[in-house]
Amino acid sequence: MDWSLLVIQLLNGLQLGVLLFLLASGLTLIFGIMDFVNLAHGSLYMVGAYFCATLTHLTGSFVLAIALALPATALVGLAVEVIVVRHLYTRDHLDHVLATFGLILCFDAAVHYLWGPEGMAIPLPAVLDSQTELLGGIVFPTFRLLIIATGLVIAAGLWLVMTRTRIGMLVRAGASNRRMVAALGINIEILFALVFAVGAALAGLAGMLISPITEASIGMGNEIIIIAFVVIIIGGIGSIKGAFIAALAVGLIDTMGRAFLDTLMKLVMSNQNAETAAPALSAMMIYILMAGILAFRPQGLFPPRGR
Amino acid sequence: MVYRLAVLVTAGLLAATPAAAADKVKIGFITTITTPAGVIGKDMVDAVNLAVEQIGGTMAGLPVELIVEDDGFKPAIGKQKADKLVKQDDVDFVAGFIWSHVLLAAQKSVLDSGTFLISSNAGPSQLAGPLCHQNFFSTSWQNDQTPMAMGEVLNQKGVKSLYVMAPNYAAGKNMVAGLERTFKGTIVGKDMTKWGKDAQLDFSAELAKAKASGAEGIFVFYPGKAGGAFMKQYEQAGLRGNVALYTVFTVDSIALPRLQSGNMTGVLGSIMTQFWAPDLDFPQNRTFVAGFKEKYGRYPSFYAAQSYDTIFLIKSAVEAVNGDLSNMDGMRAAMKSADFPSVRGPFRYGNNHMPIQNFYSREVVVDADGVWTTAARDVVLKDHQDTYAQECAM
Repeated sequence: MDWSLLVIQLLNGLQLGVLLFLLASGLTLIFGIMDFVNLAHGSLYMVGAYFCATLTHLTGSFVLAIALALPATALVGLAVEVIVVRHLYTRDHLDHVLATFGLILCFDAAVHYLWGPEGMAIPLPAVLDSQTELLGGIVFPTFRLLIIATGLVIAAGLWLVMTRTRIGMLVRAGASNRRMVAALGINIEILFALVFAVGAALAGLAGMLISPITEASIGMGNEIIIIAFVVIIIGGIGSIKGAFIAALAVGLIDTMGRAFLDTLMKLVMSNQNAETAAPALSAMMIYILMAGILAFRPQGLFPPRGR
Repeated sequence: MVYRLAVLVTAGLLAATPAAAADKVKIGFITTITTPAGVIGKDMVDAVNLAVEQIGGTMAGLPVELIVEDDGFKPAIGKQKADKLVKQDDVDFVAGFIWSHVLLAAQKSVLDSGTFLISSNAGPSQLAGPLCHQNFFSTSWQNDQTPMAMGEVLNQKGVKSLYVMAPNYAAGKNMVAGLERTFKGTIVGKDMTKWGKDAQLDFSAELAKAKASGAEGIFVFYPGKAGGAFMKQYEQAGLRGNVALYTVFTVDSIALPRLQSGNMTGVLGSIMTQFWAPDLDFPQNRTFVAGFKEKYGRYPSFYAAQSYDTIFLIKSAVEAVNGDLSNMDGMRAAMKSADFPSVRGPFRYGNNHMPIQNFYSREVVVDADGVWTTAARDVVLKDHQDTYAQECAM
């Protein structure tokens, strides 16, 4: 096997990983800090994608569309927090699941009504819609490189905010002990709303970045949100660092499984069996990893301290 | 006591109501309305509505009642809806079905109830072969046939090595099998990707493998939304110019408007195979395409064409028996003769009630109004019958 293919597949895995991180970072904060199970996080991923698609067609610029769609998605997130989620914090997890599942149906129906069932493509500027030659003659799609770069910059930014700022300290404190933070006179309501809006914007950004590749479509968030939950369970709920490492691990495992598992399995079984079994097994691998983590380290790899 | 008597009398009256002669033709139509694949279902239902409208809403003087059901892209739901249509709604025909795995799950419910089953798209090998049934008809094709035609096109073009990608489900396997049956070169790599409601839409790993494999061409089958996603990534990964693209059921009027709005000009001129094209010069096809464009402002897809034919096939059956819907034998014989105007031109049915028809090569072109569409080129397979017909006992 030639090594350039391996490098390309590593980059592909990295790209999927940072995309998962954008989704999982908001999800893990909302789950960790507010103790709120938000199944509708994937709907904000979809909303971001549709906003970006519409704005790209209106303004003619993908970059401008992202700049406008980000605050718009954050506002939708804020509205969801104020109108629905805020009233559910004191309820138990089953109520969260029911209410946010209802939200998914509302969002899907609203998008169907507003944009129709077709889905939307996002045209990319020619600069991004091409390939870049890396070291050693490896050619990789430019836009996927941009996704990797964006994801890494955001991860670094989140890390700085979380470890170097007062607001980050409050968020970490909230993840460790919510009641104590409230008892110290911090306005927990504003903190929660802020975290929810930022989480929504990050999920929306993930949707905006994937849509030029797969198109915006109804229900696009409902599948990936399951993988995002796998990520935060592996990483430890409430931990940005855990979400980052787990997202990269899941992205790499999924991509490497799709890339090389059939070749490996052909060594031990017939071609036809390998062709059928390999996709099934590669789809399962991340869940097997999660099951392993749950069995041996149920709190995840990097749980927030103090709980 | 009085109450009980009243109940008994009412029940008796209800039971005594004679099995009245049919006063309408009830057609159940199962397709996918929700999920991203709903865009295919919409095209099919639009075509059915157009056909019903054009025949004045009646067949042999009986009003047509259409009951559309959503399978949600899931075999289990498709079967539930089929049960509902035959048991609760008591329909005369169950039609539709985009997906082979949904049709396979639902077929027994319909056929066991003695109702006609018409596939407006899916053509799984099982229903063409061992599971063939006197009350099953298709207005489309058997899954293997279109890729078999593509295999011939590849041979004619002298393509020696090919990378193959298809979704991992019943039709995907049939498509690959069909291609392998006629393609004479070598298949250097194959990926069967996850399919269904949570289908894989990001093909980065597979495309990297295809590129590294050194194949001359890549053959794909990605119906519906996945087709558009695949085309974009094929371009973004820089495969155009290196690995030629050959598709079946992937580039059609559902994917093309979005490819055009995304300005993916690379798709222009790409070749596929199909039993039909919007520009096939038959009177029924001209009526259909013009009517569809006028009513909905877009080109119909092949899914729409097959659904449109479905209504005219049913109409030919109902008219042959003058609206006597209890005459199953009469209707079956009428359908078997394929004596209705079809958008694909004249064709006949084989022993397994699959069409014996031409398959064309089709090219992506720009029409006079600047809209991207497809145009028929050459006949690749003439009067072609599927290979599973010999496994059918009928």
